[in-house]
Amino acid sequence: MATIELVDIKHTYVKARTETHALRGINLTFKDGCPSALLGPSGCGKTTLLNILSGLLKPTSGRVLFNGKDVTDLETEQRNIAQVFQFPVVYDSMDVYGNFAFPLKNRGASHSEVEKRVREVADLLDLSNELRASPRSLGAGQRQLLALGRCLVRKDTAVVLLDEPMTQIDVHQRWYLRRELSKVQSSLNVTMIYVTHDQYEALTFAERVMVMKDGLVIQEGTPEELYQNPQTPFVGYFIGTPGMNVLECELEGDFLVFRGFKKYLSPGLRKRIQSRGTRFTIGIRPEFIHCELKKQENWSPLEVSIIEDRGEFNILTLTVKDISLKSQVPGTLKVTEGDQVWVNFLEEKIKFYKNDQLIN
Amino acid sequence: MKTKVIWFLLPSLLVMSISAFLPVMTVLNYSLHVLFPGSIPQYVGLQNFKDALADAKLINAMRRQFIYTIEILLIQIPLGLALALTLPRRGIFVGLVLVLLGIPLLIPWNVVGIMWRLFVRSDIGVLPAAFARIGLAYSVESAGDAWWTIVIMDVWHWTPLVTLLCYAGLQAIPQEFYQAAKVDAASKVATFRYVTLPKLRHVLIIAVLLRCMDSFKVYDEPFILTAGGPGSSTELLSMYVSRQAIGAFNMGLSSAMSLVYFIIVLVLCYVLYIAMSKIGERK
Amino acid sequence: MKGKTIILIIYFILLLIPIYWMVNTSFKTNFEIGRMITLVPDKGTSDNYLKIFTSPIWMKSFGQTLLYVFINVAIVLVTAVPAAYAFSRFKFRGSQHLFFWLLTNRMAPGAAFLVPMFTLFSALRLFDTLMAVSLAHCLFNLPLAIWILEGFMRGIPKQIDETAFIDGYSFFRFFRKIFLPLIKQGIGVTAFFCFMFSWVELLLSRTLTSVGVKPVTVAMTRSLGAGGWDYGVIAAAGVLTMIPGAVVVYFVRNYIVKGFAMGRV
Repeated sequence: MATIELVDIKHTYVKARTETHALRGINLTFKDGCPSALLGPSGCGKTTLLNILSGLLKPTSGRVLFNGKDVTDLETEQRNIAQVFQFPVVYDSMDVYGNFAFPLKNRGASHSEVEKRVREVADLLDLSNELRASPRSLGAGQRQLLALGRCLVRKDTAVVLLDEPMTQIDVHQRWYLRRELSKVQSSLNVTMIYVTHDQYEALTFAERVMVMKDGLVIQEGTPEELYQNPQTPFVGYFIGTPGMNVLECELEGDFLVFRGFKKYLSPGLRKRIQSRGTRFTIGIRPEFIHCELKKQENWSPLEVSIIEDRGEFNILTLTVKDISLKSQVPGTLKVTEGDQVWVNFLEEKIKFYKNDQLIN
Repeated sequence: MKTKVIWFLLPSLLVMSISAFLPVMTVLNYSLHVLFPGSIPQYVGLQNFKDALADAKLINAMRRQFIYTIEILLIQIPLGLALALTLPRRGIFVGLVLVLLGIPLLIPWNVVGIMWRLFVRSDIGVLPAAFARIGLAYSVESAGDAWWTIVIMDVWHWTPLVTLLCYAGLQAIPQEFYQAAKVDAASKVATFRYVTLPKLRHVLIIAVLLRCMDSFKVYDEPFILTAGGPGSSTELLSMYVSRQAIGAFNMGLSSAMSLVYFIIVLVLCYVLYIAMSKIGERK
Repeated sequence: MKGKTIILIIYFILLLIPIYWMVNTSFKTNFEIGRMITLVPDKGTSDNYLKIFTSPIWMKSFGQTLLYVFINVAIVLVTAVPAAYAFSRFKFRGSQHLFFWLLTNRMAPGAAFLVPMFTLFSALRLFDTLMAVSLAHCLFNLPLAIWILEGFMRGIPKQIDETAFIDGYSFFRFFRKIFLPLIKQGIGVTAFFCFMFSWVELLLSRTLTSVGVKPVTVAMTRSLGAGGWDYGVIAAAGVLTMIPGAVVVYFVRNYIVKGFAMGRV
């Protein structure tokens, strides 16, 4: 396994005389043995980045280093990467054993080496009982594991790239596949880079998540860091189910004025942000918005328009004028749609943004 | 709504009864009788069928037909596949190449026969002259040369169909499989064997069955080229059956032969139908 | 040049050789054809083509063939469209078997039908008429048409039908104004295939005609001159019958490329 570095990667597509800047200067390090995720909406450049990592694409500028060695100009076969694709890429005409053995046999491994290694990997993936089965008899989840296993048989694999591997997997099967992936990663200490647009997948799998948008890495960190301290409104909104509420407001005297209601600010907080101006974008997560049925001092009245039952708690969509926000409330709070509730934000959890940057 | 259905189908059923159903019933009827022109038909049960299957000429034509079909398949399928592998998948030449491939398929079949006749006949053809130039004797009037000439003509005519089918099949294979094979350090041969060939399976089955079926029906091209000759060395099943039907003395016998022929084709057709639906299900 | 390209070029040259030879022959005099083998006409002549264009027999033959082919396409379309509609919209008992039976007719060898068709059409007093050939060709064209059209119709959601009926359209009006325009590509493709297969067919068209109607396929297999085959004229006629096919391929070439490029079989 290897440490992968991307140094100032830029990539531009030229098609029919129009230029698309897919990547605008990416600097990233994927530590050896660490599970990482490249997270971002479609079009953010993560697939392009993946192709540059795998060798399918040569970047317009910048270097790719595996353990310090420059591989930018090397072909895919020479990089010792392995890739799991959006759909299971397996050899249907061979049985499971044959699939696992294939990369080893092609490199001239001896029969006993092959046998030993195949059984190890099959054990790890809980496929030992299916070694003689045809891939066609396996479910989609198992076929992806088969594809993953083929990546792992070779001991000299530098990194395993996963390109939205859950795309064709049933929602019910995903937890099983996710569990197997994490198990494999931690027991073999495999460097894995998981590319996805699904923040839940990224946060549950990776130790380090890199959020991308429009060809740049906006924020990088552990899932907790990204959740607690989103550096831009986009990151806060994108991460979490539901994401952070993002609102425009103005500081007027003691209050933060939104379109339709206002919030009282304590003097300490007011002083801290006063110096930065009067117009802000704030972010507040649903669980830090409190609702009460009875009127509270300095709280704001909003109307409940939608109630989503999430079991132990509910997600309320609150509206006033043309603003809507989501609040997470305990299931015990008895509200119905159309009710008015009194709303407050937990001050210390409000994130202030100016020009798309976190300022507190 | 149920009663309405019949109104939609009625016109077609009427037409088909004239062009298909009645004729088949007539053939069936005839095949169970002995009838000479101008005499009263006599019911003979399955005797005509027994006679047909005992007819040496029919058996020979069947034998020749099977050999023809097998030779056709052995040449066209690998050749068509090999060609498909060399065709460009992207770029400016794709259109040109596909059109060129399509031309032989769209020439009226009798014109194909005529074209080849002009090409290979000893008196007017350039092929014998070309062979003579390089010291080889070639004459379409000799049984051996005549046989492989009609085989080559079919290959010329129909290989593009196999090629086009395989080409479409190749386009449908996702690139990721080839990427994975590269990563697995698979040789070109191994890649062909484990990625390309398995994925082309259903297309190849269609190509084989289609060519098998149509080669059993082939009539116009070989008829115009050799008319079954010299002697009957290139007389295939359809040629023999239609000759019997047209110049028949005992229409009962020739009808029985037609039915035997039809049943052979029908069985093949059924196999094709089953195979194709099985393939469809798998997808 | 890459090895692949060389192989392809060789293949296409081999492909075109017989075609070229026929075109070549069509521009020669019979004298030259019979005496020498020349790669390019020694004494080029357009006489063969002239003979065809001025010969009443040939022109009548072309005309009659075009006519019976058109009649066939008309009959096929008129009967196949409602039938295909029934197959695609209604699930009636035995529909699968009926469909299969129709397909078998497409695969039927013409040779097996010669005798009964001959007898039938003679009995109907239709022997040696255009109608006979048009009807006979329905044997294979009608099932093909139903098969193709059903495929296209399957792609039109039933909601469109239902919405139209709710909106108060009578069935015929719906069919004419809404449905048919939606499948016009299917109709085009069907008409093309029926035209080709009917234009090309030799066996049935020959058996069911003698003096009154001469399909162009027959005219070509008969000698015009007293001394055997008039090869020059026949070659010219052959080239002329290739033209409809070439024209059609030219027009649909973009569809072919698109269809294959999208990777759909």
